[in-house]
Amino acid sequence: RSTSGAEPESARARGAGAERGERREGESAAAGIRCVAYNNQSNRLAVSRTDGTVEVYNLSANYFQEKFFPGHESRATEALCWAEGQRLFSAGLNGEIMEYDLQALNIKYAVDAFGGPIWSMAASPSGSQLLVGCEDGSVKLFQITPDKIQFERNFDRQKSRILSLSWHPSGTHIAAGSIDYISVFDVKSGSAVHKMIVDRQYMGVSKRKCIVWGVAFLSDGTVISVDSAGKVQFWDSATGTLVKSHLIANADVQSIAVAEQEDSFVVGTAEGTVFHFQLVPVTSNSSEKQWVRTKPFQHHTHDVRTVAHSPTALISGGTDTHLVIRPLMEKVEVKNYDAALRKITFPHRRLISCSKKRQLLLFQFAHHLELWRLGSTVATGKNGDTLPLSKNADHLLHLKTKGPENIICSCISPCGSWIAYSTVSRFFLYRLNYEHDNISLKRVSKMPPFLRSALQILFSEDSTKLFVASNQGALHIVQLSGGSFKHLHAFQPQSGTVEAMCLLAVSSDGNWLAASGTSAGVHVYNVKQLKLHCTVPAYNFPVTAMAIAPNTNNLVIAHSDQQVFEYSIPDKQYTDWSRTVQKQGFHHLWLQRDTPITHISFHPKRPMHILLHDAYMFCIIDKSLPLPNDKTLLYNPFPPTNESDVVRRRTAHAFKISKIYKPLLFMDLLDERTLVAVERPLDDIIAQLPPPIKKKKFGT
Amino acid sequence: MVEEENIRVVRCGGSELNFRRAVFSADSKYIFCVSGDFVKVYSTVTEECVHILHGHRNLVTGIQLNPNNHLQLYSCSLDGTIKLWDYIDGILIKTFIVGCKLHALFTVAQAEDSVFAIVNKEKPDIFQLVSVKLPKSSSQEVEAKELSFVLDYINQSPKCIAFGNEGVYVAAVREFYLSVYFFKKKTTSRFTLSSSRNKKHAKNNFTCVACHPTEDCIASGHMDGKIRLWRNFYDDKKYTYTCLHWHHDMVMDLAFSVTGTSLLSGGRESVLVEWRDATEKNKEFLPRLGATIEHISVSPAGDLFCTSHSDNKIIIIHRNLEASAVIQGLVKDRSIFTGLMIDPRTKALVLNGKPGHLQFYSLQSDKQLYNLDIIQQEYINDYGLIQIELTKAAFGCFGNWLATVEQRQEKETELELQMKLWMYNKKTQGFILNTKINMPHEDCITALCFCNAEKSEQPTLVTASKDGYFKVWILTDDSDIYKKAVGWTCDFVGSYHKYQATNCCFSEDGSLLAVSFEEIVTIWDSVTWELKCTFCQRAGKIRHLCFGRLTCSKYLLGATENGILCCWNLLSCALEWNAKLNVRVMEPDPNSENIAAISQSSVGSDLFVFKPSEPRPLYIQKGISREEVQWGVFVPRDVPESFTSEAYQWLNRSQFYFLTKSQSLLTFSTKSPEEKLTPTSKQLLAEESLPTTPFYFILGKHRQHQDEKLNETLENELVQLPLTENIPAVSELLHTPAHVLPSAAFLCSMFVNSLLLSKETKSAKEIPEDVDMEEEKESEDSDEENDFIEKVQDTNNTGLGEDIIHQLSKSEEKELRKFRKIDYSWIAAL
Repeated sequence: RSTSGAEPESARARGAGAERGERREGESAAAGIRCVAYNNQSNRLAVSRTDGTVEVYNLSANYFQEKFFPGHESRATEALCWAEGQRLFSAGLNGEIMEYDLQALNIKYAVDAFGGPIWSMAASPSGSQLLVGCEDGSVKLFQITPDKIQFERNFDRQKSRILSLSWHPSGTHIAAGSIDYISVFDVKSGSAVHKMIVDRQYMGVSKRKCIVWGVAFLSDGTVISVDSAGKVQFWDSATGTLVKSHLIANADVQSIAVAEQEDSFVVGTAEGTVFHFQLVPVTSNSSEKQWVRTKPFQHHTHDVRTVAHSPTALISGGTDTHLVIRPLMEKVEVKNYDAALRKITFPHRRLISCSKKRQLLLFQFAHHLELWRLGSTVATGKNGDTLPLSKNADHLLHLKTKGPENIICSCISPCGSWIAYSTVSRFFLYRLNYEHDNISLKRVSKMPPFLRSALQILFSEDSTKLFVASNQGALHIVQLSGGSFKHLHAFQPQSGTVEAMCLLAVSSDGNWLAASGTSAGVHVYNVKQLKLHCTVPAYNFPVTAMAIAPNTNNLVIAHSDQQVFEYSIPDKQYTDWSRTVQKQGFHHLWLQRDTPITHISFHPKRPMHILLHDAYMFCIIDKSLPLPNDKTLLYNPFPPTNESDVVRRRTAHAFKISKIYKPLLFMDLLDERTLVAVERPLDDIIAQLPPPIKKKKFGT
Repeated sequence: MVEEENIRVVRCGGSELNFRRAVFSADSKYIFCVSGDFVKVYSTVTEECVHILHGHRNLVTGIQLNPNNHLQLYSCSLDGTIKLWDYIDGILIKTFIVGCKLHALFTVAQAEDSVFAIVNKEKPDIFQLVSVKLPKSSSQEVEAKELSFVLDYINQSPKCIAFGNEGVYVAAVREFYLSVYFFKKKTTSRFTLSSSRNKKHAKNNFTCVACHPTEDCIASGHMDGKIRLWRNFYDDKKYTYTCLHWHHDMVMDLAFSVTGTSLLSGGRESVLVEWRDATEKNKEFLPRLGATIEHISVSPAGDLFCTSHSDNKIIIIHRNLEASAVIQGLVKDRSIFTGLMIDPRTKALVLNGKPGHLQFYSLQSDKQLYNLDIIQQEYINDYGLIQIELTKAAFGCFGNWLATVEQRQEKETELELQMKLWMYNKKTQGFILNTKINMPHEDCITALCFCNAEKSEQPTLVTASKDGYFKVWILTDDSDIYKKAVGWTCDFVGSYHKYQATNCCFSEDGSLLAVSFEEIVTIWDSVTWELKCTFCQRAGKIRHLCFGRLTCSKYLLGATENGILCCWNLLSCALEWNAKLNVRVMEPDPNSENIAAISQSSVGSDLFVFKPSEPRPLYIQKGISREEVQWGVFVPRDVPESFTSEAYQWLNRSQFYFLTKSQSLLTFSTKSPEEKLTPTSKQLLAEESLPTTPFYFILGKHRQHQDEKLNETLENELVQLPLTENIPAVSELLHTPAHVLPSAAFLCSMFVNSLLLSKETKSAKEIPEDVDMEEEKESEDSDEENDFIEKVQDTNNTGLGEDIIHQLSKSEEKELRKFRKIDYSWIAAL
C-alpha cells in the first residue's frame, strides 16, 4: 500500500510541504532472536538471530546496537558466548565454532568441531576453556589460545544430542541437558558422574520426549533444569536426586539464565512469558532459603528462545524479534534511563536510501533489494488528510543476491542511476538506465580486489563519487563517470587501529567526508585534497547518525545518549548553537527517548532547520527559536491556531515533534515541498510470524 | 401459668451465621459461629446446634479459641466485653470488660496473657488494632483496661488483619497498601501498589489477607480477583510478590492450610479454590457451592475446612475437598417478595430463599428445613443481569397446593410471567409441579389467594392483576386413557370498569370473594361469580384487604394508601367504622378474631391488635422497630399459652412474627431468654457423651421413654415400645463390630420392623392408598380434637397396663400409621 499526499502550505512546522509515502517492507528485521549473551565486564549484550546475524548492544550507551555481523544462510547460530574477557564465540548447526573480530567487524575464523550440529556452548568460569555439545551426544572441550581455539578432549559420549551445558562456578563439574536426562560430568576425568532422568509425564499429560532446553549449575551443587514439559526442576548434583519441581507453563520452558550472585534466575517459556525466580529466606530469622517464583512478565507474543540476567535487568528475546530489557526495580538505585522497560525491535541503522531526483526508494532486505518509484497525487486537502493517489507507486526492481550471505549495506545514488550493495565477500555496483518506462540494469564488472566488502556505501550529491567504508578500516573514493569507474584514493586508518568505520556523511558540495567508527571520534576528510581535515573531539557515546549541512558545512552528529552536536567543519570547532545547547542541556523527555536518531537531513531553503527522526518521532529543530527547559512542554508541535501570534511565539520552542507515526524506519526530504516517510507497523511484523501458542484466557 | 412479664420484641433466630469466620474446635468436633448476640456451637458431624452461648448484650463480633486452653473460647462483642467460655458445657467462665466497642478479636499463642482486638476510639471510621492485656484474676468479671496500640488506620473487617509466623508480625491491608508490623523490631513496613492510581480501571484494592503458618509469606486478595503472595517483606526494597489469578471477581477470603502447603481462596464465583504449593498450575476446585463465599476457615487439626456463604450457610468441607455438612440458617441474601407464610403441614415459615427457591424454615429449631426450587433454572451470578424473580406464593387446601408466580421484566413492555401450581405428594413428602400457566395475566399479578373454606369440594384459586382482571382458577380432571391426572384451568374472568385489580380475599367460609379495584372493593358470590355489592370510600387505593374471622366474619377490613383503615359490615353493606392509621402490614390471626396491623410513622413502627367488631384496639405496642416492617405473619402455637391479662390474650393461640426492612425476623415474647432454650438442646446438654447421630436420637428417645416408665409406672404410653436391650435386632446392631455388619439398607427394615408391632403393620398394608389419604386429611383437620380424645383415653386406661396395646383405638391406629409412614421415609433416606 502506498499513499502520498501533498500537504497545504499551512503546515509550516513541518517544512514547506510534505508528501507522505508509506511503504510496507518485507521481512526486514523480522528474523527472530535465537541467543543472547551478556558480558558483565564491558556491559555489552550479544544477540544472534535465526538468520545468523549477530548484533552487539552496548548497554552502557542506552542499549545502542553498536556492531553487527551479517548473517549467512547456512550458519544458524544455536549458541553464543563471551569468553576470555571480551571475545565473542558462536556455534551453530553447521558444526562450526566461530570467533568474531569485534574491532574489524568480521569473522576471525571458524573451526569445525566434528560432532555434527552444535546445540550448545559454554565458556568455563575462568574463560579459558570452551565446551560445546553436539548432535552426536559428544561434549567437546576446547582450549582458548590468544589467537585461536584448540581441541583438547572429548567427554563421555551420550546417547542423544546435548542441548544445554552449564559449568559449575568452580570449574570442576559440568551439567549437560539432553533428551530425557541430565548428565553431570567431572571435568578432570571427563566421565559422567550422575545421570538424572527427567520425568516425561507431568500432571497426567504424557509427552513423547522431554527435552532439557536449559541447565544451570549453581555453586552449592544445585542443578536447575528447564524442559519441554513446562517444568523448572531443582536437582541435587551430589546425589543426583530431584529436590523440587515447579510446573510453570503448559508449553516448553526454553531458556534459563542465572544472576551472578545466584540469588535470582529467569526462565522463558514458549508461551511468551518470562518468569523470575528469587532465592528468598523462609523466615526472617532463619538462614534457610528457598527458591520462589515471583513475577511473571509477558512482553513477548511468541516463544522466548533465550534469556539473560544482567545485574540490574532481565533480558529476553524470542521469535517475535523483540529484545526486551526489563530492569529489576529493587536493584535500581535511582530512577533514570535504565529504570524503564526497553523493547528493541528495529535495527539501529539505515536500511533505506532514496534518490531525490527520480523519487526512488531502495529497500534493503536480508537477501534482496527492492526499488520503488513513489506515487504522486494531484489532489489537495487540509493538513492531516490522506489524499487519493493519482499515480500508484511502482515496483521497479527486485534484485536478488547471489550466494548465501546477507546484504550488509546498500545505497542508491541521488541521481538514481547507480545502485551499490555489499555482502561479506563481494561488492556489487550496478548502473541503471531509464528509457521511458523501461529500466535496464547493468552490472559493473571487475571490481578491484580491495573492494571486496563494505560496511557503508555513500554516493556524493552529484553522483559522481562513491565512498565505501571497507571492513579493513579503509575508506575508498571511487570516481564514477558514464558507466565506468575509477579508484581515486583510499584513506587508510591511522596506524595501530583496525577499527572499522560504519557511518559516512558527505557534504552537498562534495568537499567534505565525515566518517565515524564504533567508538572513536568522527574523522573529517577533505575530498579535494584527499587528506584528513580534522577529528571531532571524542565523545563517550557512539554516533548514531550524522550529516553535513548544505551551505554552512556544519556537521550535525547525534549520539546514542540522545545528545546532538553541531560542529563547524571549516572552523574546526563546535558552533555557538551547539555550545548553547550543551550549556543549557536537553529537555529531560528528549533524553529519555527510547530509540536512537537514525537519520538527519536538512532543508535547502531553511538553513536554521535540522530534520531528524528516530523510530517513534520526527523532529524539526529550529535553531532560531529558544530551547525548551524542563518546565516547558516538549511535545507541543502545533500550538492552538486560535491563539494570537504572541502566545504562539512565546510557547514555541526549538523542537517541533510529531509522533503520529507507527514505527518510523526512514524519513527524508525529497525536494523543498516533499517529505517521504517509511513506516513499519508492528502488526505487520507480527502477522508475518508463525502463529503463537494459543492460550485460553480463562483456561483452568 | 406463665409469669407475665412485659411483652418484649425479641429476635427469634434467623440471625446471620456468616458475619465472621467460623472457628473450629481443636479436635474438629465442633464449629463455632457468631450469630447475632450469641455464639452458636454446632457439631461438625451432625450439623446440629449443640449450644447457644448467650451472655453478650450486643452483636458478637469475634470468636477465637483460647490458645492456651483449647477447650475454652474467647468472644468479643460491640458491648465492650471479652468473654471466656467453656464451650463443652456452655458455661461462661469469665468476662473481661474493655469498655469500648470491639470489632474483631485475634489471639496469638505466643502472647500469653493478651489478645488483640480492633477498636474505634475517637472518630467513627478510624479503626485501630490494639493489644488487650487480660489480667489474671479469679473473679467472674474483670476489668481489662490495659490497651496497647499496635496499628492505626486499619480496615474494620477482621479479614484485613492477619498474624503471621507465630506472632512475629501482623499484616494489615487497606485500600491500596499492605502494612506489616514487626513486634520485635517495632517497625512497620508499608507496600503500596503503585499502579492503582495511575491506571483507570485497575482494581488493585486489597480485600483480605492471610499469613503462612510457618514461612514468612503473606497472601493478599484483591478486587480484581488476583492473589498476591508477598515475600521478603522485611526489606522495603527487596520485597517481592507472586501473582495467582483465577478468580474473575474480587477475592472474598483467603486461608492457608495448617501446614501451609496449600492456600484456599473463594469469592463470588461460589468456587473454593485450593492452590497447592502456591503455584498457579497446581490448583483444585470445589465448585457449585451455591452462593458467594464470604469466609473460609481451617480447622486446627487440619482435617476440615469451612466456608461461610452469603446465603447464611456454612459448608464443612473435608481435606479432600468434599463437602461433608451444611449448616443452613435463614437465607437473607435477597429481597423478600412473597412475604411470610406458614406451611400448614410443617408449620414452617416459608419465604423467598436462594434465588429462585422458596425456603422452608423451622422457627422452633432455627434451622432451614429445605429449599423448594420453583424457577428451576440455572442461576447466573452476575451484576446487571435481570433475573427471574419469584414474586408471589400461596398455600391452599391445608397445604396440599402451592401456587407460585414468577416474573421477569427486562423492559417496560416485555413481561415474562408464569404461574405454577404445585401439589403435595405424600410419598415423596414434597411438592410436585402440577400445572404451569404461561402468562396467566397480561400484567403483573398483584394478589393470589386460595379459597380455604373447609367445606369447599373444589380447590379454587383467585389471581388479581394490574391488567384489570381477576381470574378464578379451579382444579379439573385432566385424565386420559394412560393416566389419572388433575390440572388447573381458568373458570371465570372478572373485571370492574377497567380498574387495576389490587387485592383479593376469600371470606372464611369461602362463600364470598372480595376484590379491590384501586379505590373500590367489590364483593362477588363464589358460587355464581355474580357481583354482589361494591364499597367505595374514596380514601385512596386499597393496600390491604381481609375478612374478619369466626364471630367477626361479617366484617371486611380494608387499609388504604391514604392511611385510612375501614371496616365494612357485609350484612348492612355499610361502613361500620373507620380509623386513621397508616397500615403497612395487616394480618388476621387464623385462630381468633384478632387482626394485627403495623403502622408506619416517621419514628418507627407501631403494632395495633384489634377485633373488627370494635374499633378500639385490644393491644398497642409503640415503637416495635425503628425501621420499616415489611411483612408479618401469625404462627399458630403448638401448645396454647394461657395469659390471663387482657392485653396478652391475643398471644394465647398464635405468635406474631414480623420481618423488617433489614431482614431481621422479630417476634413478641414475654419470656426471658433463658427460658427459650429449645428442648433438644437441653437434652443434648444432659447427654454429652453420646455422639449426636441419628441413631442417638432414636435410642435416646427410647431411653427417655424407659426412664419415664420406670419412674411413673402408672403412666401409659400411646405406643409401647419394648426395651431396647430386649430387641435382638437392636442389640445385634449395636454390639456387632461395624466391619462385619451387613449393609445399612438391609438392617434398616429389620430394625424398623422390630420397633413396630406386627399386627398393625399388616393392617396398614391392607388399607388402599387413596382411603389412607382421605383419612389422613381428616385426622389433620381435627388434630386438636384427636389430641383431646387421646388424653381422655389415657386417663381412662390407667392401670390396665400393657393390655391396651393390643386393642388400639381407631384414632391410635391412625396415629400409628402416620408414624409408620414418616419413619419409613426418613430412615430410608439415611
